[in-house]
Amino acid sequence: MPAIETTPRRSFLSGFGKITLSTTAIALLAGREHLALVGSASAQTANNDVAILNSALGAEQQAIAAYQLGAESGLLQKPVLDLAVQFQGHHKQHADVLAKAVQKLGGKPVTPLKDYSFAKDKLKSQNDVLAFAASLEKGAVSAYLGAVPILTDRDLAKAAASILGDEAMHWAVLRQALGQNPVPDAFVS
Amino acid sequence: MTVKLLAIGLAATLLAGSPGWAADGDPGRGEEIYQRCVACHTLAQNRVGPRHCGLFGRKAGTVPNYQYSAAMKRHGVTWNDETLDRFLENPLKTVPGTKMGYAGVKDGQERADLIAYLKQATADPKICR
Repeated sequence: MPAIETTPRRSFLSGFGKITLSTTAIALLAGREHLALVGSASAQTANNDVAILNSALGAEQQAIAAYQLGAESGLLQKPVLDLAVQFQGHHKQHADVLAKAVQKLGGKPVTPLKDYSFAKDKLKSQNDVLAFAASLEKGAVSAYLGAVPILTDRDLAKAAASILGDEAMHWAVLRQALGQNPVPDAFVS
Repeated sequence: MTVKLLAIGLAATLLAGSPGWAADGDPGRGEEIYQRCVACHTLAQNRVGPRHCGLFGRKAGTVPNYQYSAAMKRHGVTWNDETLDRFLENPLKTVPGTKMGYAGVKDGQERADLIAYLKQATADPKICR
């Protein structure tokens, strides 16, 4: 297990995340009421944006549950445990912003599943937990990559791209912790 | 010159959403492409999206204990190579109102690979019990 230099990086990421999300939240939540129009072309595009944001919200809720499972597994040692809790905190912030954006568009935010039926029996070591988290983070990168180009509202697309960047950082750090090439390709898909 | 060629190649790749269904899929490559889906889907369990086990030959919107959109319940198709190809290319256009808020897999060969993998994996008794 390669050592992870957490303190300075964590402080930096934590501060950066707060600034980014504050800006994003302002962009998301300020003056988007026109997208809640009904009975027009705007309504259909807003409905599509709601579906896209709700898909992302569902994935964020699943990630929160997965990190909770990892944190409570007893398999994660410090500083990896701290990192997992920090990443979970990011997902909570993403979920909060996405839920508010869905509401702002006149939609109903999806709620977390009662049971995600994670394959707990396959998590026997810290690396198993990290690999599981990495797979979800990679999936999240792909999900946001599939959302950004079809969100009709540019501010929402920008916010989704901002979250995509965060998910990609999570994925890279987890790969590094697993001893894998943290950035295996020039492009994500 | 090299940079220009790379740019042309990249543009060609990005724009290569092929029309219709490419028949010869590589399930190994499809398994890699499926990793894009795992934020929402698994083979054996309902999560954000429905489970994929038993997908082929199943009527859309009928997995037990999964809350589908009204649009998907109304869609009425049976999932096969062709209906999956159409849906995966552009879910929101194919089924307006679907919960799958995703741009789609635009490359026809990638869709064929993904479908080839799904055909194998969703019928695998070790995964799908």
